[in-house]
Amino acid sequence: MEQSEQNTVTDFQSVPESATRQNVALPEPAAIAQDQRAGQPSAAAGVPIFDVKDVSIYYGSFRAVTNVSLTVYEHQITAFIGPSGCGKTTVLRTLNRMNDLIAGARVEGEVSYRGEPLYVKGVSPIAVRRRIGMVFQKPNPFPKSIYDNVAYGPRINGIRGKSELNDIVERSLRQAALWDEVKNRLGNSGLSLSGGQAQRLCIARTLAVEPDVVLMDEPASALDPIATGAIEDLMKEIKDKYTIVIVTHNMQQATRVSDRTAFFSVLVDSKNDIRTGTLVEYEPTERLFGDPQDDRTKAYVTGRMG
Amino acid sequence: MAAVSTEPQQVDLREPAGWRRTKNRIATWLMVLSFVLVIIPLGFVLVSVIAKGASSINWSFLTGGPVPSVVAPAGVGGLGPAVLGTIEITALATVMAVPLGVLGAIYLNEYGGRNWLAALIGFMSDVMTGVPSIIMGLFIFTIWVLHFGLSGLAGAFALGCLMLPIVIRSSYEMLRLVPNALREGSYALGATKARVTVTVVLPAAIGGIVSGVLLAIARAAGETAPLLFCIGAAETTNSNVFSGANTALPLQIFSNASQPYTGAAQRGWGAALTLIAICFILMIAARLVTARFARYSR
Repeated sequence: MEQSEQNTVTDFQSVPESATRQNVALPEPAAIAQDQRAGQPSAAAGVPIFDVKDVSIYYGSFRAVTNVSLTVYEHQITAFIGPSGCGKTTVLRTLNRMNDLIAGARVEGEVSYRGEPLYVKGVSPIAVRRRIGMVFQKPNPFPKSIYDNVAYGPRINGIRGKSELNDIVERSLRQAALWDEVKNRLGNSGLSLSGGQAQRLCIARTLAVEPDVVLMDEPASALDPIATGAIEDLMKEIKDKYTIVIVTHNMQQATRVSDRTAFFSVLVDSKNDIRTGTLVEYEPTERLFGDPQDDRTKAYVTGRMG
Repeated sequence: MAAVSTEPQQVDLREPAGWRRTKNRIATWLMVLSFVLVIIPLGFVLVSVIAKGASSINWSFLTGGPVPSVVAPAGVGGLGPAVLGTIEITALATVMAVPLGVLGAIYLNEYGGRNWLAALIGFMSDVMTGVPSIIMGLFIFTIWVLHFGLSGLAGAFALGCLMLPIVIRSSYEMLRLVPNALREGSYALGATKARVTVTVVLPAAIGGIVSGVLLAIARAAGETAPLLFCIGAAETTNSNVFSGANTALPLQIFSNASQPYTGAAQRGWGAALTLIAICFILMIAARLVTARFARYSR
């Protein structure tokens, strides 16, 4: 990985921006990604981004999630819903190998991204995360200036030019609908922002590296309805360019923004007091909410079960 | 159904009288008392050192030499060699111990995890914290001074050994306080572990790390015992910290303060005040520097 970082820096002198970015990450899907950047969204509507097959996730010997299979499609917003402790976040974090950071976490089964298996030897989690960004439940701006927060990702990808960084920062903050509020105080601390602003800053920070996929873990759970609305509008706006997977507790939010919804639930082994999350139903959003097939889904979406 | 009362309801929002209020008072007074008890010796030390030492401080005392014999009257010679020696030796010890200690703490918290090596290093550094400083001096005496002779460098080794566990422990505690959410935010942008550590974790912890380092430096600057066997007792300025006998302020305090002569007593107080002043100036300088680093942390 260090090697390819070096390449980026040197390549950057001669090669146009988009091409360089693609070179950074996994080599094979670059061609596909190029097409996508060139903009053929309609034809690509059915391109699978993530293929998850029979996945179980363990923390040590504890099986947190079992039997998850689903496919996430390009330029769609896919929502994960379900009660607390059902493993939505755990599954989300396996999509960009974020669970690697938790000691003892282990994935069984197959997870592939654009056809490339993620959990095989030789795949660098760093390369994966450069293409698959993540926004967390609690806003986590770095203790740096607003500008440096957004420029952080581009900088670690080797972009140093001042005017180019300025452009990226402005574009990302505009995409995240934050530019007008902060354009006169880019030098202030990222921690000086309110909760909603901080979350939009974190979204801008993620968009600044132009990821292929944006994973969002309950991005609006700490926000008021106005800020939530702003973030939902933002998601719909950017889905032409990105693929989004969102975990949410809010079913209305899922119906408002998502194309497909996965409903997770908890299997309770009351004898041994073990609770394991699992995927119950995965359908286009309208169908999951309008005509749920599984009784558990029906109970949940009609509000008969917390 | 009861009749609806039109009388405004009386509410009493005061702290109820009785045992709870008494406990509150007792606890408050205990805290005030503890504060005063802590302040008294501190203020007493400062006031008496300034009162008795200020009169002997002048330019030739701070920079002049050679170090006078203990029987000499006040005003003869100066402690310049000791001031220079203290600055040299402490600076050299800092240069050796601080990078090593901070890197060690980074290893323990960011890289080591729960493996046996990290556990061993953590345990050993805790044990080292408890080693009496004179033992450090003896240790350096046997492994270094016996072979290469007295020097400022040997003193710096001893002080460095003393500072190392303090720096490791305090830096480690500060790194542990950095929220994991910050690390994850950086990882999620595709940063490598080294990048996360250098660009996010260290800046977030720098204020606390500097505090710990300052405590370690202040502790080392005031140590007498480890220097006793290591640097000798030079009377003239030895600007070469790497070879030849040297001297330091704590040694001058030690040798002068135990003498009955008034000149020696004067010099002892003066040396004590000088040492306090050096540490104080250092603290302020470091605070100013870290304030720049930490300006985004709120």
